[in-house]
Amino acid sequence: MSLTALKNEAIASPVAAKTRSAEIVRLAPARPAVRSNRFAGYAHRAAVVVVPPFIVLVALLGLWELLCSGPGATLPPPSTIWQDSYDLIVSPFFENGSQDIGLGWRVLVSLQRVAIGFGLAAVAGILLGVIVGQSVWAMRGLDPIFQVLRTVPPLAWLPIALAAFRDSNPSAIFVIFITAIWPVIINTAVGVRNIPQDYRNVAQVLRLNPLEFFAKIMLPSAAPYIFTGLRIGVGLSWLAIVAAEMLTGGVGIGFFIWDAWNSSRLSDIIVALVYIGVVGFVLDRLVAGIGAFVTRGTAA
Amino acid sequence: MTAYLKLDHIDKSFARGGAVTEVLKEVSLDIAKGEYISIIGHSGCGKSTLLNIVAGLTQASTGGVILEGREVNAPGPDRAVVFQNHSLLPWLSVYDNVRLAVDKVFAGVKSRAERHDWTLHNLDLVQMGHARSRRPSEISGGMKQRVGIARALAMEPKVLLLDEPFGALDALTRAHLQDSVMQIHAALGNTVIMITHDVDEAVLLSDRIVMMTNGPSARIGEVLEVRLPRPRRRLELVTDPSYLACREAVLKFLYERHRFVEAA
Repeated sequence: MSLTALKNEAIASPVAAKTRSAEIVRLAPARPAVRSNRFAGYAHRAAVVVVPPFIVLVALLGLWELLCSGPGATLPPPSTIWQDSYDLIVSPFFENGSQDIGLGWRVLVSLQRVAIGFGLAAVAGILLGVIVGQSVWAMRGLDPIFQVLRTVPPLAWLPIALAAFRDSNPSAIFVIFITAIWPVIINTAVGVRNIPQDYRNVAQVLRLNPLEFFAKIMLPSAAPYIFTGLRIGVGLSWLAIVAAEMLTGGVGIGFFIWDAWNSSRLSDIIVALVYIGVVGFVLDRLVAGIGAFVTRGTAA
Repeated sequence: MTAYLKLDHIDKSFARGGAVTEVLKEVSLDIAKGEYISIIGHSGCGKSTLLNIVAGLTQASTGGVILEGREVNAPGPDRAVVFQNHSLLPWLSVYDNVRLAVDKVFAGVKSRAERHDWTLHNLDLVQMGHARSRRPSEISGGMKQRVGIARALAMEPKVLLLDEPFGALDALTRAHLQDSVMQIHAALGNTVIMITHDVDEAVLLSDRIVMMTNGPSARIGEVLEVRLPRPRRRLELVTDPSYLACREAVLKFLYERHRFVEAA
């Protein structure tokens, strides 16, 4: 009773608040200080994140320059890379012909393959994971097979894919698919198995049908696990696409490295490695960010 | 006269490996419409199992539950459960948690606007209307339990099942919620079965207190009628002789005749 009374009082007392407004006025000058404090806080946090890796990066580049500047060095120092591959570094999106294009375009081609392969793996992986997670018999039957298949290295699938599809592009996509699907299946299955009995009871009392249970209970409840699987999967995809493209050819970033090696353009290869690393990092953060957004507030 | 809700010779045993554990033995109880029943007993005596059987979440080994002349053996919104740990879905707001139940139970019966109003009405009933857009993680334990009660009430259940609803709350919050439940029971006249291990709570809220013997093979030891006039006020009851007599009867049952044996 008194709790209600308190709340009612809090809601229905604008008058009381007005009578105390004199005290609030005194607080007003303090506001700008709070804002600048907050701004300083952001700047401080940004500095904490940016400055240490920047210092380490500069130190590493300096060390590299020092080690590779000698006459007997087998790898180019950063300064040579900057001179040799200037156009690749500063303009990712130039186009001088069918094979002489910026690395940005090549990355996009590779990303497109990853998007298709990873997208299929995400959908199939979540569905299979749900089946394995829900049904004890499906788990007993499928889990050992999954555990064996997932240890097969991505590139080992390539000859079989080439034989089956008789084309390089679908084969590369298949390699992405088969690489990314295992962590998605396994994590989804764990997530589904870990749905608290309470939520299942709620669903039973409400008489949710299987489709409603899937959409309203299972997916949100397993979402943190699913996104862990997706994040591992997208990382593996990006690892596999570069290797696959080295073998299948075409326009992607992987083939570019192979091509550069065959024409002894070491500087270009190093620039491509940086591209691959940055894109892989962004992909990982992207999936992690989506996951954090989707599962916000899920922790009970 | 046939009872509104009838627990008919319920036995329950669990088989694990080769060993069979008998949890409940010959539990029979007739409950009238609008009655508030408490089930009290030491932990492990199968009270929660009994409630789950009434809810349909667990199947009785033999015997059954008859509600309004029909046997019920599957869960359904006519027997809404307020779970001990509230069981709100953490990814839904307070409003959406209740709305999910309303949408499911009243699909095709109420219009969208009516379902919206009904959801808000039930949140207001437990004084949670002000927090409707918050997530369960952002509200206190007592508030979560209020929302759990609102969700159950919103289903317009024939029987409201409360599984130690206030067990995890501090004493002050618990008292507030008990008052709320008494008000709601007085206003709506629900039939309620509540599991509890709190003697004062049982005496304060109930029309009848069902005392369970210790498990295994727990059965109904005694049923105590609480003949206190409603509305009941906790402060006045503290010195009320019939309140004290009821309290003493339950305490004697629990601590003299059926003392909890750890090994049991």
